[in-house]
Amino acid sequence: MTLRLPRPPARRPAPSPLAAVPVLRRIDGLRTGYADELALFRGVGGWAIVVGLAILYVATPLVIDDFWLSVLNFTAIAAVAAIGLNLLTGFTGQVSLGHAFFLGLGAYTAGYLGGDLKLPVLVWLPAAGFIGAAVGLLVGPFALRLRGLYLAIVTLGLVFVGEHLFLNLRQITGGPQGRAITSPIVGDLNFADLHTSLGLPLTREQSFFLFVVPLLALAAVAAKNIARSRPGRAFQAIRDREIAAAIIGVDRAQSKVGAFAVSSFYAAAAGALYGSYLRHITPGQFDLGGSIQYVAMIIVGGIGTVYGSIAGAFFVVLVPRVVEALSPAIPFVSHSAAGAGITVFVLNQLLFGFLIVLFLVFEPLGLAGVWARVRTYVKTWPFSY
Amino acid sequence: MTDFLQLAIQGIALGGVYALIALGFVIVYKATEVINFAQGELVLLGAYLVYAFNQTALPFAASVALAVLVMAGVGWGIERTILRRMIGKPTFAVVMITIGLAIIIRQLVAAVWGFDDRLLGDPWASSRVQLGDVGVNVSSLVTIAAAGALVALLFVFLRYTRAGIGMRATALDQEAALAVGIPVQGVFAQAWMIAGATAAIAGVFLTAFPATLHPAVGFTALRAFPAAILGGLDSLGGAVLGGIVVGLVEVLVQGYQPQVAPWLGNNFHVAAAYLLMIGVLVVRPYGLFGTREVERV
Repeated sequence: MTLRLPRPPARRPAPSPLAAVPVLRRIDGLRTGYADELALFRGVGGWAIVVGLAILYVATPLVIDDFWLSVLNFTAIAAVAAIGLNLLTGFTGQVSLGHAFFLGLGAYTAGYLGGDLKLPVLVWLPAAGFIGAAVGLLVGPFALRLRGLYLAIVTLGLVFVGEHLFLNLRQITGGPQGRAITSPIVGDLNFADLHTSLGLPLTREQSFFLFVVPLLALAAVAAKNIARSRPGRAFQAIRDREIAAAIIGVDRAQSKVGAFAVSSFYAAAAGALYGSYLRHITPGQFDLGGSIQYVAMIIVGGIGTVYGSIAGAFFVVLVPRVVEALSPAIPFVSHSAAGAGITVFVLNQLLFGFLIVLFLVFEPLGLAGVWARVRTYVKTWPFSY
Repeated sequence: MTDFLQLAIQGIALGGVYALIALGFVIVYKATEVINFAQGELVLLGAYLVYAFNQTALPFAASVALAVLVMAGVGWGIERTILRRMIGKPTFAVVMITIGLAIIIRQLVAAVWGFDDRLLGDPWASSRVQLGDVGVNVSSLVTIAAAGALVALLFVFLRYTRAGIGMRATALDQEAALAVGIPVQGVFAQAWMIAGATAAIAGVFLTAFPATLHPAVGFTALRAFPAAILGGLDSLGGAVLGGIVVGLVEVLVQGYQPQVAPWLGNNFHVAAAYLLMIGVLVVRPYGLFGTREVERV
């Protein structure tokens, strides 16, 4: 016989009378309960941002040129992958250097399903994600046995094993020359070319922007929902103190493996989009350097935040393009390909390295940390200190 | 059989190089609990320094000695300027810093020396000796000898010198080490100096293998990771054994796999080392000789 304790009625603290007066809600939204803390959009400001983003989504492709649109498209795709890595590394604390492998997996899956089997994007995009997640589930158990740096090295090994597979499974991957990846097509509708399929006066960059940004929004909201609900809290508990998490009843195995699966889903879906955007991929695009790039994105953007992942992706995609565009004006940059001296490539890589080091030393919370400081300063003004 | 012996000696020599690189990982990990992803690039820089000193008409041995000294200084400098700020920060952050450093060092090397292949100028370049039926590169023999000597030196250092004992104490428990008066920060600096110095030596022998020097050599050094992991990240003996096992596996797979199992694809030997590492970690999560971490609540 079980002992039944009387359950206290589920009761929320009475909302402050101030909360009843909408005018008095600050732009930021007054927090009067736990539900407010968790809300996706808070106050007038939160909703204003949503509306503003929606307007930007329609306006951006019409206003800026193709060069910057391609930066934004790469950002959106990279941001999906970075959000996935942040769920694993930032929220669950499992360091992975194997993210590029899952992107490659997704890209080749998309190529095979979309190109060889002629399936529509509605099939190959989710399918790429689920295959990524399935492989993530296979790798997940390593996370249970290995801790910290050993796990990082196993995922590093994954990149090399993956590169070997991508180079050698020629029927699917096309070997070292790579393979073509189809555009996102459903029936007659080609999302990457709305000009021919719908007759709209849009270039490929503009079409792809309209296609990929809603997917990023979907990915971001889904990640936010994972992070603020039960599994996300379990992830964070494991990150902060694994043993304590286990003691309060968090299923470590389930959470860690789940985090791997979700993260791999994101990475593989992003890989599929990446391949589809580039139209042609080679195994060299999914090497250790790629993995490090995604880790850099979440470091620069902010570990353990969703919007930080997007900001980081933008930053990491943007910097090399800007350097490239500015390089004729930088005096010490040489333009010969092989000789010594600082070439554009070398300069970019140097900047990339310094970005990682400087952010970690001086701003470990990343751009999200900078934003939080600015916000607090403004909110508490004139009493900020 | 001759083929096999030939490959085996090659494998052990390559393993010796990996062991030298892995020793750098292990020393830093033992003292500071950080995997130094920039070790491969320290190796690269060391090799280029040897090349540069050798160009200035210094004899080869003197160039190596000078490079070892400079690299020890580089290791010290990295610890002193960057990593010391990171004491007490999450390991992940420190590891990522070493990755950033790796990128910076690699590009600095490329900026100074370019992407052309260079000859290191080692005295035993491509000379061979005949041992019975087996022809062996002199560089292989020197590598094995140097790896052995360096390991012995490190063992003696850690076991009998005051600084070495301090390092072991720090590895065991930093707070306790501080409490008995061991300058823990000094120990960290020493560990990085040793890592830099061994990197220079490893660089000489790593480039003695393909015999040319190129910025991509830093990537080859990544293959020493399986070696360090296989043996256990905090075991010097493990690093040596891991290095030799990985070297042997790589060379033997390279030698036999194309005939025995061509379906595994080209260049399978690169993936083989990592597969071996993953396999070992499934059975022994802390490597063959690594210390199992005990978690206290």
